[in-house]
Amino acid sequence: MDFDLSEEQQLLKDSLGRLLADHGSFAQRQKHRNEPDGWSRALWALYAELGLLGLPFEEKHGGLGAGPVETMVAMEAFGRALALEPYLATVILAGGLIRHAGSEAQKSALVPKIADGSLILAFAHGERQARYELADIATTAKKDGAGWVLDGEKGVVLHGDSADTLIVSARLSGQRRDRDGIGLFLVDGNASGVTRRPYPTVDGLRAAEITFSSVKLGADAVLGTPGKALPAIERVVDEAIAALAAESVGVMAVMHEATVEYLKTRRQFGTTIGSFQVLQHRAVDMLVALEQARSMAMFATMMVSEENAAERSKAMAAAKVQIGRSGKFVGQQAIQLHGGIGMTNEYSVGHYFKRMTMIDTLFGPAEHHLARLAKTDGLVES
Amino acid sequence: MDLRFTPEEIAFRDEVRAFFKASVPEVVRRKMSESRHLAKEDFVSWQRILHKRGWATPHWPVEWGGTGWSPTQQYLFMDEMQQAPAPPPLQFGVNMLGPVLIAFGNEKQKRHFLPRIANIEDWWCQGFSEPGAGSDLASLRTSAKLDGDHYVVNGQKTWTTLAQYADWIFCLVRTNPEAKKQEGISFLLIDMKSKGVTVRPIVTIDGGREINEVFFDDVRVPVENLVGEENKGWDYAKFLLGNERVGIARVGVSKERIRRIKQLAKMERDGDRPMIEDERFRERIAEVEVALKALEMTQLRVVAAERSRKDKKPDPASSILKIKGSEIQQAVTELALELAGPYAMPAPDEPDEGSNEPPIGPDWADTVAPTYFNWRKISIYGGSNEIQKNIIAKAILGL
Ligand SMILES: Cc1cc2nc3c(=O)[nH]c(=O)nc-3n(C[C@H](O)[C@H](O)[C@H](O)COP(=O)(O)OP(=O)(O)OC[C@H]3O[C@@H](n4cnc5c(N)ncnc54)[C@H](O)[C@@H]3O)c2cc1C
Ligand SMILES: Cc1cc2nc3c(=O)[nH]c(=O)nc-3n(C[C@H](O)[C@H](O)[C@H](O)COP(=O)(O)OP(=O)(O)OC[C@H]3O[C@@H](n4cnc5c(N)ncnc54)[C@H](O)[C@@H]3O)c2cc1C
Repeated sequence: MDFDLSEEQQLLKDSLGRLLADHGSFAQRQKHRNEPDGWSRALWALYAELGLLGLPFEEKHGGLGAGPVETMVAMEAFGRALALEPYLATVILAGGLIRHAGSEAQKSALVPKIADGSLILAFAHGERQARYELADIATTAKKDGAGWVLDGEKGVVLHGDSADTLIVSARLSGQRRDRDGIGLFLVDGNASGVTRRPYPTVDGLRAAEITFSSVKLGADAVLGTPGKALPAIERVVDEAIAALAAESVGVMAVMHEATVEYLKTRRQFGTTIGSFQVLQHRAVDMLVALEQARSMAMFATMMVSEENAAERSKAMAAAKVQIGRSGKFVGQQAIQLHGGIGMTNEYSVGHYFKRMTMIDTLFGPAEHHLARLAKTDGLVES
Repeated sequence: MDLRFTPEEIAFRDEVRAFFKASVPEVVRRKMSESRHLAKEDFVSWQRILHKRGWATPHWPVEWGGTGWSPTQQYLFMDEMQQAPAPPPLQFGVNMLGPVLIAFGNEKQKRHFLPRIANIEDWWCQGFSEPGAGSDLASLRTSAKLDGDHYVVNGQKTWTTLAQYADWIFCLVRTNPEAKKQEGISFLLIDMKSKGVTVRPIVTIDGGREINEVFFDDVRVPVENLVGEENKGWDYAKFLLGNERVGIARVGVSKERIRRIKQLAKMERDGDRPMIEDERFRERIAEVEVALKALEMTQLRVVAAERSRKDKKPDPASSILKIKGSEIQQAVTELALELAGPYAMPAPDEPDEGSNEPPIGPDWADTVAPTYFNWRKISIYGGSNEIQKNIIAKAILGL
């Protein structure tokens, strides 16, 4: 076992850290929120320059051929910077589907555009009745000559507002929650019959409700084997969970650092509040929670390329439980220990707290994954 | 020991329940139930309805418009009001300043201000906290220097709730910089329209506009606006803070919220079944209900003990109410967050404005995350929960 980053990984971490320090400070982030897309195209171009957008794709398709550790490094940095850009949507989720389900031709056509920053993607999957059940899909795709016709509604599509192309999951056959009969389709975001209702999310990012009504698709719109898409979706969601775990570590680390710093500087009762033992212990508990989360983010990173889907998904459920629990504690205490300042929109900590809360919600909160995990034989083999 | 309410108490409860059912304006009830921001007019119109019924200031002495109810009746009244749900009469006047004036104000102040508080002719706000004086309130620096028959006030208050609506602010000011910090503080009433008063809003993490900074720049305040004696303000402040603390438990608010969550969970579906059929979710609700029932019984014990207390000082056990009450209110917001699921995420612009667009997701979900964020304040204000624990350690445990 080796917990150290390789030289290249360290280099990635340093250069991304510098890039975000220079161009993605909290103050800049707050300005970027007001750009038309709600994120910075300029920053996106810099990510492309650094190779971040092609990170997990194979070199033969125009990617960097990097692994889960590189993704972890990048996501943690995005967490620290509270990045607004659609990295999760484009590279991890939609990019992941292309990696796992796309044909050689699709990969060769799409990956270079993702990598150079010219193609923004989103994964239109969740539906209102489904909550967190990945197989629950009511949107339908019906055969229409050589092509398909798409009908249905997708909710809270992350960055679905600015995506050029959507990857849409739809049911070709079977009942609403059947594992079989699900397909994936590449859909132009501006195609006729696609209606997007964009909005900001409470953590300052963007999403959209998207309606598909009689959207006509060609045969080449299909991604993967029609009707057999669920395993790829589950895999990609697992990858997203691993990525979010890493992001959450960055988010928590910043909240913890800011809190410790505040304890050292804020004075009440003639002394720094950090001299009160109860607050010292609280900051220690936050650190313990953070380190437990960091360990589980690493565990998730280690397990994310596991081919045994059941083992992989157990690990992701476990990681999601830990980051949910840790994140809630660290976030709530960060606010609490800042007193009134922590409640203000002007100060950064509240924004980290909000992002942390939404990371817990995404793909199901801790309670959801705990229930999932409890249905398996658990992490300690019998 | 008989822990049941008497038949008279139950009849009383039914009476106030019927009153709330009939009298809370629908728009107010709906906003409360959906956790939407109340407009100034909502507070004012509702308090005037209460006042007309003689119930805006039930805990005041009868001669100043109180009802003479027993502590249990007071409790039942508050509990029913919270469950209605209706907002309480404006706390800053009715629960904070009013009792201070009654206990320490002069006749003229009482006669002038108390009726205006009761009928909310004046909107009051609380000018205690400063940037450098939060938990360590006694270190406050806003100064008031005597100049003839006026005090000249300079300094800054912060976190001042709803100061944007306020006609008046009651302030702790330093009148003797030489004395030990608790001994140089006075309690001063300041007209917000005075020259030199500036209010600047502070946006909270949920995007709300409820707190402010208030600046005082050579503000001239007539000496007749001093409450009680000069340099005795700290005693009055402690009295006030004790009252403030008791009010934060809000058992009825949590009851109403839990009831609503259970109702919504019957409609909100997870696949083929309503959320209420998810046993794990129900267990988490039950967990909070247990804590809430325990808190209610604890509160009733504190209420009962009040009857036999002679000194009228706040019971240090009321810090238990503040700690548990705030934790439970916060836990309830987490249940709502879980219920809303992915639809806790959308934050459409200006969710409070009436618009023709259909809501995104369930029509109740847009306030869920903001309320969760906003209610983190409850363990901070009114004396943070850490400070409450210090109070218990000292006053109850003798540590
Ligand atoms: C089962 C057992 C086995 C042990 N084996 C050994 C052994 O093999 N060799 C050996 O030398 N000793 C041994 N000890 C002794 C052990 O190290 C002491 O019990 C321990 O250091 C605590 O000291 P104390 O019991 O005097 O409690 P105290 O020091 O009096 O502490 C009482 C309580 O106050 C808390 N406390 C004390 N100081 C602080 C502070 N500054 N801040 C916050 N909280 C504080 C403690 O955490 C504890 O809860 C053993 C103890 C136990 C229970
Ligand atoms: C939404 C909101 C509304 C408010 N409305 C009003 C209002 O209308 N009028 C008004 O006057 N004030 C108001 N306040 C102010 C509130 O009373 C203060 O925020 C509170 O007293 C804490 O002070 P502070 O924010 O300066 O935090 P600090 O006192 O700096 O505390 C920071 C952290 O240190 C902890 N701490 C401090 N001292 C100790 C200690 N001795 N031991 C252990 N822990 C300690 C605190 O618990 C907290 O976690 C409001 C606050 C909020 C958030």
